[in-house]
Amino acid sequence: MATREARSAAVRQAFPDENLVRELPGGDQQTFVVDRKVLWDFAKHLKEHPDLNFDLLLDICGVDWWGKREPRFDAVYHLYSLRHGHRLRIKVPVAEEDPVVPSVYGLWKAADWFEREAYDMFGIRFSGHPNLRRILTHDSFQGHPLRKDYDPGQRWLLREEEQYVPQWAKIPQEDEDHFETQVLNLGPAHPATHGTLRTVVRLDGEVITEAETEIGYLHRCFEKMSERHTWNQVIPYTDRLNYCSSMINGVGYALTVENMLGIEAPPRAQVVRVILSELSRIMDHIVDIGANLTDLGAMTPFLYLYQAREEIYSLLEACSGGRLTVSYVRIGGLAEDVPPDFADAVRYLLRRIPPLVDDMERLITENRIFRERTEGIGKISAEEAINWGWTGPCLRACGVAYDVRKAHPYLGYDGYDFKVPIAHTGDTYARYLVRVEEMRQSLRIVEQALANLPDGPIIVENHHVALPPKARVYTEMESLIYHFKLIMEGMKVPAGEYYGYVEGANGELGFYAISDGGGKPYRLKVRPPCFAIFQAYPHMLKGHLVADSVAILGSLNIIAGELDR
Amino acid sequence: MNELLWTYVGWPLLKILVILLALVLLAAYLSWFERKLLAYMQIRLGPNRVGPKGWLQPIADALKLFVKEDLTPGFAEKFVFLLGPVLIIVPALVVFSVIPFGPSPHLFITDVNIGVLFILAVSSIGVYGIILGGWASNNKFSLMGGLRSAAQMISYEVPMGFSVVTVLILAKSLSLVRIVEAQKQAGLWFVFPGFVAFLVYFICGVAETNRNPFDLPEAESELVAGYHTEYSGMKFAFYFLAEYANMVVVSSLATVMFFGGWLRPFPNVSALAFLDVIPPLVWFLLKVAFFLFLYIWFRGTFPRYRFDQLMGIGWKVLLPVSLVNLLVVAYFVSLPGGQV
Repeated sequence: MATREARSAAVRQAFPDENLVRELPGGDQQTFVVDRKVLWDFAKHLKEHPDLNFDLLLDICGVDWWGKREPRFDAVYHLYSLRHGHRLRIKVPVAEEDPVVPSVYGLWKAADWFEREAYDMFGIRFSGHPNLRRILTHDSFQGHPLRKDYDPGQRWLLREEEQYVPQWAKIPQEDEDHFETQVLNLGPAHPATHGTLRTVVRLDGEVITEAETEIGYLHRCFEKMSERHTWNQVIPYTDRLNYCSSMINGVGYALTVENMLGIEAPPRAQVVRVILSELSRIMDHIVDIGANLTDLGAMTPFLYLYQAREEIYSLLEACSGGRLTVSYVRIGGLAEDVPPDFADAVRYLLRRIPPLVDDMERLITENRIFRERTEGIGKISAEEAINWGWTGPCLRACGVAYDVRKAHPYLGYDGYDFKVPIAHTGDTYARYLVRVEEMRQSLRIVEQALANLPDGPIIVENHHVALPPKARVYTEMESLIYHFKLIMEGMKVPAGEYYGYVEGANGELGFYAISDGGGKPYRLKVRPPCFAIFQAYPHMLKGHLVADSVAILGSLNIIAGELDR
Repeated sequence: MNELLWTYVGWPLLKILVILLALVLLAAYLSWFERKLLAYMQIRLGPNRVGPKGWLQPIADALKLFVKEDLTPGFAEKFVFLLGPVLIIVPALVVFSVIPFGPSPHLFITDVNIGVLFILAVSSIGVYGIILGGWASNNKFSLMGGLRSAAQMISYEVPMGFSVVTVLILAKSLSLVRIVEAQKQAGLWFVFPGFVAFLVYFICGVAETNRNPFDLPEAESELVAGYHTEYSGMKFAFYFLAEYANMVVVSSLATVMFFGGWLRPFPNVSALAFLDVIPPLVWFLLKVAFFLFLYIWFRGTFPRYRFDQLMGIGWKVLLPVSLVNLLVVAYFVSLPGGQV
């Protein structure tokens, strides 16, 4: 593993000019400020140099420094090297008058949707991008909503006839037997989309010859809203990202902000976070496998698994009061201590879940129909998956054992004994197998964590961060002031930037936060794992049947809340 | 004169009316049975609000469908859209006229000497109901559902026909009453000599009625609701009813042809004579209920096949198997003294 200095040297050697490529000192990860003139060459060097080998493009986002700096925008790239396990950030300053950056789509296909998103939100244009359209907002939208000078009160109406139709779908086409092929809209209201996604496909008989997806139907301006709320007030919004495992989002966000503050949650809070995160991961896999199986016509295993999910929800409800959106994490710890029967309830779950998963496996795993429906369907090679920016169970099903919990342990994951399951075929069946095994591994983590659940406080004592106990707020002047300051102004996070990442249920969930020292995030970018995964979906469909499209979609675990934010 | 009127008009009409009503009720309660049974297979309770243990649920469903607005989409082909449900419900009910529920002359409407042929012919008309309904809806999903269904029913008709011929060879008759009587004479249900034929028949039967794991025409996750996506109210109810009536038909035929109809098990083993306390009609219904249970059990167990896989099974597996089986059975029957 090359050190930071070695990487600097490798970069410096190829790009000696300080005016074009400049390394920023310090920071949470190695950062280069790159002139857009050399961005393509620089990115190519990063990808291909053996000591750098940044093969995974995690995220592209814009940052607006309106009134604070010239040039006004930054295009920020987050890269990761699966081989070396190191990370890197590129910043490309972009002027408002000429907001053009060369596209890196030719190097990483993952850039496809991320560049479209940066264009949509900031108006940064990526020259050379094959299909630079709006992605999260609709085609009648005016302006770029994440610019600081955009007025959020504006409303834009999309008329039905203005709805996007791919260019190829407007031209009638005949197949080789001179029959007219038909264009079919799968979604946004279709039983298999589980949320609001739209896929336009061209069918030759039942074979899909062309496909394009349209997303953004569930866009809720999460990132814009975050800029208007204090750091703690963002937590309920994170619950709505991947709502099938809302706890993990909250944990990821809190860890990011805690790292910026330089604090750490007390041990008890950390262990509870691990237990509930892993249970949430199980829930997420349950939803994915269950929904996938229902789409394939097998209803019974879905309901077996949902039994387990209900019981986990009951535990979350006992802890936080909420079932789906828990809002249980706070920066610096947890909102409240767990109920007194927490350990018993978790032990009950540890006994209850395995037989239900076994029942499901007995019905499905070796079922001939299921295997015929899923083996070889939606197959993707490891290189392709990495190229598209895949992470999580879908990438592990291609044989790449990248799991943030193992590669970059947080919350003491290095202290737990668990395995990272992988499969090699990269098809729908492999994704199913990986998820089932991950559920069992998560149960092992929960078991170990429960055995070592320490006593103690559940949130830091630092009252610049955490609210003082209510009783003291009513009786002590000092606590009242802390309470007032935290509620009215929010905690003061030191100015700077941080990219925090955890292993979400379907991949690396990243939070890129920028603070200007105020009580609210200056910019908060989420790196949603299924955004990267879903952009490959239309490309995977070609040559498959309509029935397969449903099987593939289910196995990718696309959660619209996280996809559209 | 009066007596003639009674024999040729009154009595048959009465029987038809009773059987029709019983059948419609049976189909409705089959949906209750299915929901309840599936629920217990899936660790849940099923309908339990309308009446004691949900017993009135089918009645409530029927009432709901009666009073619902009967929509005809503006872009639909009106006349054919109306014709679809008629074409599916009529054949489904008509075939019951030749199914013998019991031995006495009162337990079936008529005994036609080409009963099996009649059933195969009439039930095939049901395909038109589906394909025309799917086409007339003028909806891509409906059309695909209708086409899938037509392809499926036609390809599965062939192996099913061959497995039925096996029974005809064994029974030497096309009359359903005679088939049962032949099993009585032979002292043996035809399922024993014709086990392969029975398997083929039942698999094809499941496919013909578009039930899981062959429920592709209405595959909800792919085709929304398949051929009846645009149907509502009573028109939808007809499709629904026809599906369940067809399940009863397939089960009844399986009972008559392979499981001795109204006969008790091993009809000429006198040690089992005590079983005769159970009346023949009950035997018949019990066997039919068993097959209906199988239908629901399949639904609770299997995922759904893909369209091309389904056609592959029909043409590449079931057809050769049923053909070879037919030849083997025919060979044994043609041997001297090869009477079963």
